[in-house]
Amino acid sequence: MGEDTIAAVATPLGEGGIGIVRLSGPDAISIAAQMFRGKGGRSLAAQPTYTVRYGRVVDPRTGRQLDEALALVMHAPHSYTAEDVVEIQCHGGVVVVREILNLALALGARLAEPGEFTKRAFLNGRLDLSQAEAVIDLIQSQTRLGMEVAVDQLEGSLSRRIKELRESLYDLAVRVEATLDFPEDDLPEVELTAVEQGLRSCQSQIEALLATADEGKILREGLKTVITGKPNVGKSSLLNALLDENRALVTDIPGTTRDTIEEVVNLRGVALRLVDTAGIRESSDLVERLGVERSLQLLREADLVLHVLDRSASLTPEDFQIMDMTKDSRRIILINKTDLPPAWDLKDLGAVAAPVLEISLVKDPGQVVAALSEAILRLLGAGAVPSSSGTRAFVTRARHKQALHEAQKALEESLRTLLSGLPLDLVAVDLYNALEALGEITGETARENVLDRIFAEFCIGK
Amino acid sequence: MPETYDAIVVGAGHAGSEAALALARLGHRTLLLTLNLDNVALLPCNPSIGGSGKATLVREVDALGGEMGRNCDETLMQMRLLNTRRGPAVQSLRCQLDRKLYQRRMKYVLETTPGLFLKEGLVTDLIIENGAVQGMVLRGGLKVYAPAVVLATGTYLRSVVHIGELHFPSGPQGQHTAVELAEALKKWLPLVRFKTGTPPRINLRSVDSSRLEKLPGDPNLPGFSFETEGLTVEQVPCWVTYTTPETHRIIRENLHRTALYSGAIVGRGPRYCPSIETKIVEFPDRESHQIFIEPEGWQTNEGYLSGCSTSLPREVQEEMLRTIPGLENVEIMRPAYAIEYDCLDPLCLRPSLETMEIRGLFCAGQINGTSGYEEAAAQGIMAGINAARFLQGKKPVVIPRSQAYIGVLIDDLVTKGVTEPYRMMTARAEYRLSLRMDNADVRLTPLGYSLGLIKPERYAAFRAKQEMVAEEVERLNSTLVRGTAEVNEKLVELGTAPLKQGATLAELLRRPEITYEDLAHFNILPDLPRAVREQVEIQVKYQGYLNRQEAAIERFERMENKLIPDNLDYSRVKGLSKEAVDRLSAVRPISVGQASRVSGVTPADISVLLIFLEQERRRADV
Repeated sequence: MGEDTIAAVATPLGEGGIGIVRLSGPDAISIAAQMFRGKGGRSLAAQPTYTVRYGRVVDPRTGRQLDEALALVMHAPHSYTAEDVVEIQCHGGVVVVREILNLALALGARLAEPGEFTKRAFLNGRLDLSQAEAVIDLIQSQTRLGMEVAVDQLEGSLSRRIKELRESLYDLAVRVEATLDFPEDDLPEVELTAVEQGLRSCQSQIEALLATADEGKILREGLKTVITGKPNVGKSSLLNALLDENRALVTDIPGTTRDTIEEVVNLRGVALRLVDTAGIRESSDLVERLGVERSLQLLREADLVLHVLDRSASLTPEDFQIMDMTKDSRRIILINKTDLPPAWDLKDLGAVAAPVLEISLVKDPGQVVAALSEAILRLLGAGAVPSSSGTRAFVTRARHKQALHEAQKALEESLRTLLSGLPLDLVAVDLYNALEALGEITGETARENVLDRIFAEFCIGK
Repeated sequence: MPETYDAIVVGAGHAGSEAALALARLGHRTLLLTLNLDNVALLPCNPSIGGSGKATLVREVDALGGEMGRNCDETLMQMRLLNTRRGPAVQSLRCQLDRKLYQRRMKYVLETTPGLFLKEGLVTDLIIENGAVQGMVLRGGLKVYAPAVVLATGTYLRSVVHIGELHFPSGPQGQHTAVELAEALKKWLPLVRFKTGTPPRINLRSVDSSRLEKLPGDPNLPGFSFETEGLTVEQVPCWVTYTTPETHRIIRENLHRTALYSGAIVGRGPRYCPSIETKIVEFPDRESHQIFIEPEGWQTNEGYLSGCSTSLPREVQEEMLRTIPGLENVEIMRPAYAIEYDCLDPLCLRPSLETMEIRGLFCAGQINGTSGYEEAAAQGIMAGINAARFLQGKKPVVIPRSQAYIGVLIDDLVTKGVTEPYRMMTARAEYRLSLRMDNADVRLTPLGYSLGLIKPERYAAFRAKQEMVAEEVERLNSTLVRGTAEVNEKLVELGTAPLKQGATLAELLRRPEITYEDLAHFNILPDLPRAVREQVEIQVKYQGYLNRQEAAIERFERMENKLIPDNLDYSRVKGLSKEAVDRLSAVRPISVGQASRVSGVTPADISVLLIFLEQERRRADV
């Protein structure tokens, strides 16, 4: 029915099994063909309907290979949505699936709205009337979910940060628009160099926000966490304390499956996905069980390492070995058993570039969990962008990331127009596009705001 | 035998004149009623038409076969092209008019149009039966009948004029006010109260122009109308001066005597046309404000002080003006005044400008909460066209936002309503780059022709122009220029980079430094009319931007083309939010696109609505 082309991840984001990125719409095949190199160099464009092709997903802009994959092509109207549909099945790692989705978006697809595939299926006659209500429910529940997050973020620092960005953009747009629409009014002439500066400043603000996108992903999908330490230092007690406090249902956390992640806990909104919990309970050493190579790999893949030490027993070479193995990880050192007489001094550890917490899991496990969650939040905050209010901002949703990318692209376009000496009304085209892209996040209408601001800021009118 | 017409238009201002002309030209016997035959097509505020956004409206009215453009071209005293350096989308013509000539010519056109009956008469009531308009009652009790009526009553409904402490019921410029009609309308339609103002008129002999900045007209400009061959009139200048700190002091000391700040005015005024006292209160840091002195006609010495509307008492107006350079001895001939009037909440209108409540009753112009002659004319011609379609039993013509400022204007009015008198601005249009003054004929002449408002000769000329443009664009795209020493020398001279290899003429023209005329250095250019050269240049130069906008328009129009049945009961749409049900029931959008612009309607509501419409469609199929 002549819609645009949408894309989304069709499987729960997890680490095992396969991940599917689904495209639907008139350009589904041409977009997929650009990013999928079939074996033997055959293009997807010529692929018959209902067939699968083996090949590689390659970013055509850089030539970089993302993953091996299968591509399933279904021609309109014989697909779920009755549109051209391509499903790209890959190995399913969170990062890879996301990268493939991002590539599809960069090549011209739009991120699907909540329930949009189903909506299209219905509107295109693929679902019967009795299913209409289910579709409506789906749209509403997904929207509600989205809105809850939005409300959360409205209060959060991301929204403040984006507001600041929008303010800068508005300042710029209002000056440009006032000049364009009120040529006879005695307004301060908008200097092209000032417009250029404004555009560049907004660009760097977006750049900074986008740099936090990965941090945001971690917050959303949970930190892959390894608890390590030599035997009998209290790893098990720590695990139990965490589980007692805040055991989360695995299915509550996007991107987790029961296969590989045994336990998930939720610490003040940050999910910890505890890896190798079985190993912890065996109370044997990581290295002892897995060997140095595999241990190192596990530690490298972790988003967070909790290294537990025993204050009441002397430090051993084993402690220092682990210390050395985790030196490049994001880690927190927990010194346990402070209720007992100390066998060593803090300075014996040497200079450690990590937060150190002194705890007693026997005496007050609840307090330990509280102190730990605070330390984790602080640790994560270190990489984020400070906003003027001093809080930290994270880009936590793919949609926001896409909106920021679009805004960024529009600003680049606007700047290019300006620098090539084209007139201001053309510069304004993409300035509006940037504002509207940000409006996707905050739900405001750019045009009316610009007019309101013109009247508030300038003395207009003959 | 009762007096009967096909249609009656109430008010012979800019909206009423266009509405009546469209109706009569489409073959309907039309009565055009005015309060005062000497004030047909009155310009009660500035003697000027055009400007940003508004000039495009005039051109669009012209492309649909309307009269405003021709009338300007025939009676103007000065023409300027504004915003020449800021791009094709925002360039606009603006003319100064001889007020009386403008009125006289329009009156003559109305008088001589077959099937149009221009008469004096004050309407006191509407005759409405079974929810449909039948006619109206004139003062004195005479009844006139017609199944279609266009109300274009301007600022005359229950209007009150304010000059300082003086308040009296009156239309603009000492005209009658229509109180009975306002009372009658109130029974049927929601009314709001708005305010606007106009500056003093002065005797130009009392102005010392030797001390003022002169604003001459621009030579060699085209007219507003696509039919105008070129302007030949000897132009007159305007003048600019500035208020002083002393002016501001006097205004501040007398603020309590202004109707605006004393509390006498309740109506909402426009933000883009503030009174001088508002400017001084709202922008206290500004040390001076611009005042334009504009002549009102060839055979009068009256001058208009643009930028200086006020509700100060008459004696303070003169005292204040005399602190302005050049106006030290100014004589006020008519004082400035503010005027309050009733108008409709335009949310009660359909996109055809017919009221939802009363069948056959159309409204256009300031009664719909707009301001400006151009906005009025644009609604007028559409109300006239749609009243004619109504009489013919045809579907109304609704121009999308992506096709014309007329579409933006009417869609904004009937979808979002108004909180102040509505003025067109280019920033209101999403697709500004495509809705230019220069291509209004491309956008609307075919529609005007298919409706029967554009004559075959004019349409043929339009087609010929289009062909010339296409041919020349094609030629520029296919003609190669080689980077010879001679060519490169010229390019460098024009301030642009030399060619390493060849380039097409189109590629050269896309360089910001190169104009169409510059191409003559590299190629023998055909002798084309100015309007054709202009189109070629814009189409080639901005091709990338225009293509992108076209793609965006295509996406936009998909939702506009998904129609909603007029009688849809939104409370039956399961899953729609309560607010959406209320708002959509009130606005009654004609398309899903329009529904998505209603305030309070979310994207989820739109999805739900789409699904409902599909359900209905399938049920109907069964």
